[in-house]
Amino acid sequence: MSHVTSAVRPPLVTGGKTYADVTEDISKQVEGSPTREWTIAFTIAVVVLLYGTACLFWTWWEGLGVWGLNKTVGWAWDITNFVWWVGIGHAGTLISAILLLFRQKWRTAVNRAAEAMTIFAVICAASFIMMHAGRPWVAYWCLPLPNTLGSLWVNFKSPLVWDVFAISTYFTVSLVFWYMGLIPDLATIRDRARSKVSRYIYGAFSLGWNGSAKTWARYEYMSLILAGLSTPLVLSVHTIVSMDFATSVIPGWHTTIFPPYFVAGAIFSGFAMVQNLVLIIRVVFKLEDYITVEHIESMNKVITLTGSIVGVAYLTEFFIAWYSGVEFEAYAFINRATGPYWWAYWAMMTCNVITPQLFWSRAIRRSVVWTFVLSVIVNIGMWFERFVIIVTSLHRDYLPSSWAMFHPTLFDISDYIFSFGLFFTLFLLFSKFLPVVNMAEVKTIIKSSSEKLPISVSGVAKGERVANPTFNKDVE
Amino acid sequence: MSDVHGNSKFLVGIFDDDDVVLKAVREVKKSGVRIHEVYSPFPIHGLDVALGHPRSRLGIAAFMFALSGTLTALALTFYTEGFDWPMIVGGKDSYSPVIYVPVIFELTVLFCALGMVGTFIVSNGLGPTVKPLMYDLRTTDNKFAMAIDLSKNNIGETDIEQILKRSGAAEVNVKQF
Repeated sequence: MSHVTSAVRPPLVTGGKTYADVTEDISKQVEGSPTREWTIAFTIAVVVLLYGTACLFWTWWEGLGVWGLNKTVGWAWDITNFVWWVGIGHAGTLISAILLLFRQKWRTAVNRAAEAMTIFAVICAASFIMMHAGRPWVAYWCLPLPNTLGSLWVNFKSPLVWDVFAISTYFTVSLVFWYMGLIPDLATIRDRARSKVSRYIYGAFSLGWNGSAKTWARYEYMSLILAGLSTPLVLSVHTIVSMDFATSVIPGWHTTIFPPYFVAGAIFSGFAMVQNLVLIIRVVFKLEDYITVEHIESMNKVITLTGSIVGVAYLTEFFIAWYSGVEFEAYAFINRATGPYWWAYWAMMTCNVITPQLFWSRAIRRSVVWTFVLSVIVNIGMWFERFVIIVTSLHRDYLPSSWAMFHPTLFDISDYIFSFGLFFTLFLLFSKFLPVVNMAEVKTIIKSSSEKLPISVSGVAKGERVANPTFNKDVE
Repeated sequence: MSDVHGNSKFLVGIFDDDDVVLKAVREVKKSGVRIHEVYSPFPIHGLDVALGHPRSRLGIAAFMFALSGTLTALALTFYTEGFDWPMIVGGKDSYSPVIYVPVIFELTVLFCALGMVGTFIVSNGLGPTVKPLMYDLRTTDNKFAMAIDLSKNNIGETDIEQILKRSGAAEVNVKQF
């Protein structure tokens, strides 16, 4: 056997699966008609999306006055939601790129769903950029296009323009990475398809793939370069998002710790969302043999690490606020913890720093229920983190006469709900029409990481004894 | 894929195991048979070397595209901010390359990724209207196929069939395009 693995590594594929089983188990949900659970979930998502779209339309029609913003707090839920969604969108490409470079085999079962989540989360994030700009029909003004306003160009010195480049590049590259990973699996579904329509559609999207050795060699080479490109890209995106704040002069924003702290926070919340999604997927699609407790535990370890980095960052910020001797900076932090928004600050501290520490316990780390609950808590905490950074840094302006509070209106809430409708509609469509686990990649780890190797790994000659497959001819 | 023209007759050896097919490639080559190509549901490491495929030059393409992205970004920022409409923002020089690093980096990555993927698609003859050349439909599922172009081999059909079977093929089929 060409693959050798240490016996101490726990298996990543259980149940003695063959190559044929992998194809069958994962293609099944694409080929069958939608289940009742899927239909119900999809209907709810679409209804939420329609409600959100109506509210969003009203937001644009009336103007941003329908939100609770005021002269002092000019950014609130809009940018909170934007940063929250972009942060969630960090896990997918991290799993597919950085873990590919580190040769982490557990990535194979979760990368497809995580990358899909990334793409949809970035779409949601972009929708808040469109929303907070107020006039989506002139969104193209963000691009450096020759125009009739003199020869005025976009300001390349502004982090907001960097953001336009970072987010759109990240979205494009993630989409391309995801689609390239899908091609071999789409070909598998094309070759199994019974109806003409699905053979045509999956055929068109699989681009005539036939799995020749030459194509595979180039494909692997391309994946490696894409991973190498995406690794600094993932880190750059949230770095640049953090610069939207860090390059300003607002106390509480103007800190050099922001880039690493935002990146850690993004990975933290992204993995929490991946957990929530794959825990549902593995049960609904009966993929417990592919997405095992080992996978869940590995991701929980990432959550523990990044959550601890975030915790250290919170404490460092506080220390530096005092140590800098800048009274505005010190006040901003004392106001966060003890001011009128103390509840948001302590919600953030509890959800992001304290509860994830429970994952130091192996039993909790390997428990599906605990993982699900703690992951939801992490995402609540990460939403509050952005709310705290944005609103509490703004609401106490330099002049006490300008002090204000932010009160969300129905439209603040509804536009946030819109993004959930959008996200789940897209994710449910993905989970129905595309294979949620990368079949080709899982097949590559069957021999090295199976719980027990099937008698014939190919899966047709079941029960036929092929001790040493090289001597197949003797069996015949 | 457009790697086969006209009427060609192929012998297709079907294998059950990736390690067997990898070993078989060496054995079949040693017995003097020219292998057209091997098809598999997932990448098999070392197969391209065993088949004697040249190393992919995709990396060169990727580098060129990345370089073109860097140059485009440099030209864009220099022309707009340094030449066409110089602006002093925050007391910084109207053209200061350091502050354009994010834009330069992002465009480098964008050009490289799109260019490389485009090159990959074109160089493999892939496309939405391309009809896949499948030697066996099961090669996208659980089987491995070794295709041998009879017109490019001087060894007889039955002999090749024997060689394939001896090196581990579970079945040998004839495929004509």
